[in-house]
Amino acid sequence: MNEAVDVLIIGAGASGAAVAWSLAETKMHILCLDQGGWMNPAAYPSRGRDWEARFFGDYSPSPNIRARPEDYPINDDNSPIKVVNFNGVGGSTVMYTAHFPRLHPSDFKVKTLDGVADDWPIDYDTLAPFFAENDRMMGVSGLSGDPAFPPTEPPMPPLPLGRSGAALGKAMNKLGWHWWPSDTTVATTDYEGRARCINLGHCTPACAQGAKASTDITYWPAALRAGVELRTHCRVREITTNEHGMASGVVYYDKDGVEQFQGAEVVIIACNGIGTPRLLLNPASGRFPNGLANSSGLVGKNLMFHPYAQVYGFVEEVTDSNRAPPICLWSKEFYETDLSRGFVRGYAFQFGRGAGPVMEAVMSEAKGILPWGAAHHAVFRRLNGHRLQLSAICEDLPEEHNRVTLDPHLKDIHGIPAPKVDYTISAKMMEHGVARAKEVLAAAGATDICVNCPILYGGWHLLGTARMGTDPERSVVNEWGRSHDVKNLFIVDGSVFVTSGGVNPTSTIQAIALYIADQMKSRLANLFD
Amino acid sequence: MLTKPALTPAQRDDLRSFAAMIIPDSAEYKVPGADDPKIQADIVATLGRDTEPVREALDHLARLAGQPLAGLDPARRETVAKEFRNSGGAAAATLIRVVLQCYYRDDRVLRSLGLELRPPFPEGYTLEQGDWSLLDPVKARPAMWRRVP
Repeated sequence: MNEAVDVLIIGAGASGAAVAWSLAETKMHILCLDQGGWMNPAAYPSRGRDWEARFFGDYSPSPNIRARPEDYPINDDNSPIKVVNFNGVGGSTVMYTAHFPRLHPSDFKVKTLDGVADDWPIDYDTLAPFFAENDRMMGVSGLSGDPAFPPTEPPMPPLPLGRSGAALGKAMNKLGWHWWPSDTTVATTDYEGRARCINLGHCTPACAQGAKASTDITYWPAALRAGVELRTHCRVREITTNEHGMASGVVYYDKDGVEQFQGAEVVIIACNGIGTPRLLLNPASGRFPNGLANSSGLVGKNLMFHPYAQVYGFVEEVTDSNRAPPICLWSKEFYETDLSRGFVRGYAFQFGRGAGPVMEAVMSEAKGILPWGAAHHAVFRRLNGHRLQLSAICEDLPEEHNRVTLDPHLKDIHGIPAPKVDYTISAKMMEHGVARAKEVLAAAGATDICVNCPILYGGWHLLGTARMGTDPERSVVNEWGRSHDVKNLFIVDGSVFVTSGGVNPTSTIQAIALYIADQMKSRLANLFD
Repeated sequence: MLTKPALTPAQRDDLRSFAAMIIPDSAEYKVPGADDPKIQADIVATLGRDTEPVREALDHLARLAGQPLAGLDPARRETVAKEFRNSGGAAAATLIRVVLQCYYRDDRVLRSLGLELRPPFPEGYTLEQGDWSLLDPVKARPAMWRRVP
């Protein structure tokens, strides 16, 4: 029998780690359960000659391909964008590009400004101190003074522009369009025990140098030192409730597959926009046949991915290719609403430095620009090390038919129903992004232009499936992350996003987690009122 | 007990012929083709989770060819390969990918490309700063983010 804890956090990724660290100062008994284990940097791909090949296998971003015991299957057959994630201590921060923009102030007020979707119940100014705290904890490198964003003060200088950044910056200047070196959680100096970046280049599938911030090397060491307990290889099946409709704990499978009960006074879910609705909808939650915390009927609905439109081409000069962190710049030229474009809201561009030889060969062959036969060698030498690319990351507005439900047949290794994703996209904004991206590449002198629209394995950003709001009929959690229905149940991950903005969400997810933790700390005396 | 080989001798023969069609050797660039014994050995030894789709792809190829690929005349071989590419689906894509991923990590090939024969870690690479004055016109722009009421 496990001793009951004060606070139980499910998930040790971006948001779970942040909320655990922030709550630790309360000296409550805090336990985090994660379905995965600690990562072993000695086994990371960039240490071996097969570093690129492993991206298609045990370090694939797709859980369905990777299929580690820590992963659960996802039925995303009915979606043009496939879910990508990582499961383990650190969650998807182990396997992300470290591109670290924040949502803009306008993103929180889309109904007021543009008459679409809903406003958030919180705003940028509310989150600003938590963004700054998170920048310090994760260790952000960047350059102050971006005219496209309110002032920020990244604690480390930006990554070098490199050859690719300079070539892309020149092209953007020709067009008179905004660009800026992007904020990143890749450390450009030694920082809080982390070694500085040495340009391994293969950042996304985990950083062997430890220069890229993932929460297993940022928040977790601090949280553990402060007394938080982290139990690994523990997969939660259901959140239990008592006769008062309050969460009483969880049932989980331990590392040996043995079913366990863990009691708790407060339960916090940090399982991302797919894992969180999966858990809440699990019919094993007997008192709530339609799903826990789901009186609104919105658990699992309004899934937002951010459709990515990727465009790339090849220039005569040599680019940085795989010899530097993959993303170098962003552009907000088309971020804020301009009705002359024929749509409201907008998108950011993120600019890529290039690819390694295997990735270049595989991608170019698949696109039909790298021929078979005698011509192969000459063409490959023209392409390899000469790639420039950019992606429009389009704002995805909430639509209830985009949703996560439980698959009636597919289950994980513990017999827990797998999530099923139904999702459609609107092409208009992506088409605009593709056309502008082609102009950028033309200005850079690129040829052999290729388009991936959308990026098939581009479902990194899992948002909106347990949205926050003040109206219990139109939201799952309130403005400080507490379930409207279950007064001791909190959600702190990307599920609570009301709208998606047009930027990578990790920075905002973590700022929200810190904000919710702060709200909890300030309300401890009447947390359940 | 002997472990069953990942591929049958016939599948290995077709794999070798097929790989040479994608990447033949080149005297000009001083590189082997993808049918080179070392590269073939690397492919077979590291198939791992790709074994099943690669077998499936090679079976599909064999059905289209009707005989060992190497026995077909060049024109017929081209036709079969094209048909395989068009109809082979995910399995064909996997077969092509395993050929490419083993070819482009071979020492001789990397040397010919001017790349170092090592993984990224622990040495890493040097990234030049680039010309930061390019950012001056952007810095001169007025604030462009949208204020909220």
